[in-house]
Amino acid sequence: MSTNTQQMRRYRPRMQLGGRGRIPTVARRWIAAICFLVPACAILAIFVVTPMLSALRTSFFESSGFGSETFVGFGNYVRVFTDPTFLRAFTNTALYAVLFVPAAIIVSLLLALLMNSRVVPLRGLFRSALFFPFIVSLAVSAFAWQYLLDPQVGLLNYWLQGIGIHIGNVLNSPTLAMPAVVLVAVWKNFGFYMVIFLAGLQDIPESLYEAARVDGAGPFRRFMKVTLPLLNNTMTFVVIFALIAALQAFDQIYVMTQGGPYHATDTVVTEIYQTGFQKLDLGVASALSYVLLIGTLVLSLAQFLLGSRREKDLSA
Amino acid sequence: MSATQSVTARQGVGIRRASTGKALGTTVLGILIAIGVLAILLPVLVVVFTAFKPVSEVNAFPPTLIPAHWTLANFETIFHDLPFSRLVLNSFVFAGGVTVCALIFDSLAAYALARIDFTGNRVLLVLIVATLMIPFQATLVPLYQIVAGLGWINTFAALIVPRAADAFGIFFLRQFFLALPRDLDNAARMDGASEWRIYRSIILPNAVPALMTLGVFVFVNNWNDLLWPLVFSTKSDMATITSGLTLLTGPSGIVPYGVMMAGSLIALLPLTALFVIVQRRFVSSVAATGLK
Repeated sequence: MSTNTQQMRRYRPRMQLGGRGRIPTVARRWIAAICFLVPACAILAIFVVTPMLSALRTSFFESSGFGSETFVGFGNYVRVFTDPTFLRAFTNTALYAVLFVPAAIIVSLLLALLMNSRVVPLRGLFRSALFFPFIVSLAVSAFAWQYLLDPQVGLLNYWLQGIGIHIGNVLNSPTLAMPAVVLVAVWKNFGFYMVIFLAGLQDIPESLYEAARVDGAGPFRRFMKVTLPLLNNTMTFVVIFALIAALQAFDQIYVMTQGGPYHATDTVVTEIYQTGFQKLDLGVASALSYVLLIGTLVLSLAQFLLGSRREKDLSA
Repeated sequence: MSATQSVTARQGVGIRRASTGKALGTTVLGILIAIGVLAILLPVLVVVFTAFKPVSEVNAFPPTLIPAHWTLANFETIFHDLPFSRLVLNSFVFAGGVTVCALIFDSLAAYALARIDFTGNRVLLVLIVATLMIPFQATLVPLYQIVAGLGWINTFAALIVPRAADAFGIFFLRQFFLALPRDLDNAARMDGASEWRIYRSIILPNAVPALMTLGVFVFVNNWNDLLWPLVFSTKSDMATITSGLTLLTGPSGIVPYGVMMAGSLIALLPLTALFVIVQRRFVSSVAATGLK
């Protein structure tokens, strides 16, 4: 009986007419939405959007953060694009990206192919093990590699000497320091890209491989004609991810070389850190930040557009 | 008989025969891959083994991988030379605090965006997603000024509050909430349940997997972050493990590797535990976030 009356109450007509009380539904929804959204939006507004706008403003001023500011127009940007130190940071970041992106992709794709192969035993265990470096911080990875590469007591250095390769003091070498810090980033991140590639590989229907096999295509041909084309979207995503990561390179460089030797590993972010927090030249640091911001923005936008195109492809 | 069938039939016969030769081949392949994986994990092994080496062995030539004499001396040194137990605590408060706050605030916002039909919903969503594209490194200088203006430098507030909500978490949870059947909350709404009750009693309990995935992600990222604590904590007793360890690598050029590896090992332990516990979800969630 009691359930019956409850059900009766549930279908009172005033619910259908727009809720209880005199507040109209639209306004009530608004109030509820605002209550739910205020904390997150306030944090994003104060700690993400405001600093972004304020960096834009500061990038047009000469400022040390204490008191006086002088408007310098595009002066900071001119300095950023003419001063050899900053130009060096840009070319270094580009070099970092050129080394990092292909290396990370080749390593992670090869391992993904191996870990996707049915003949491999204990795949789950090996996949997890290979993913493990991704949860190691870049700083800790850097400590470990620094020890491995140490010219006196480094294990890797010693082993390489055993087979006749003398790499010397890698982190002090203007030519080898950059490949070394890139190596650390590749080691730390390949597991992440591998997992994304694995997901992409698992989306490729087995029937396509079988059809190719029947047509007499060998493993290499199957890879070139089936796997790679169908992995195109995943590949684009990984490339953009890796490019954004390369633009933001900092941690392992701070630990291993601090931008040296002779600025050989100075990147955009290490320059922002030094100019902003050590030299207290906030205007120039902000101009540099904006170059980084726009670079990231372009890449993210490309990723976003590709993503929506992909969604359309999938729904079609 | 189609070609596909014949291929699977042949494989079936192969499996049934399961000759010792094939089993041997699989074992050999497994051993080879295991060796390769161990080689790739060499830096991790170096951290683990070096942490337990006496100083004489750490700096010995020729270098070795596995210690001849195991010792806890490096751990004693690190707790003596650095306020290390404080750094561990700081890391837990920082990463844990950010995780708890972000889960609460992100899920609240995500609920409104996924479930409340208000004007401006989509515009707000686009604005929030747009902030995803701003790298924090690019806003660090003015952010420092804002945080300093609030008097928060060298406090947990500086480390936690600016990260108490993030666009990625909001977007991620919104997508998950959208996938939950709408009948659930419509029924409750008919019963006159408030939005808060629907959020608390219907959406959150059904979103535990997504919340855990996001939580692990946020925790690991913050635990491992270097630049953030480096900027907002200038005093060594407010540093995190990650930023505190870099204090050991002075410009002097002499690096106390044994002590650093002991610290690194301690930094790795909570993440490893987390990884082992939620491993499968962790790996698949990475794939999910990667393909978002």
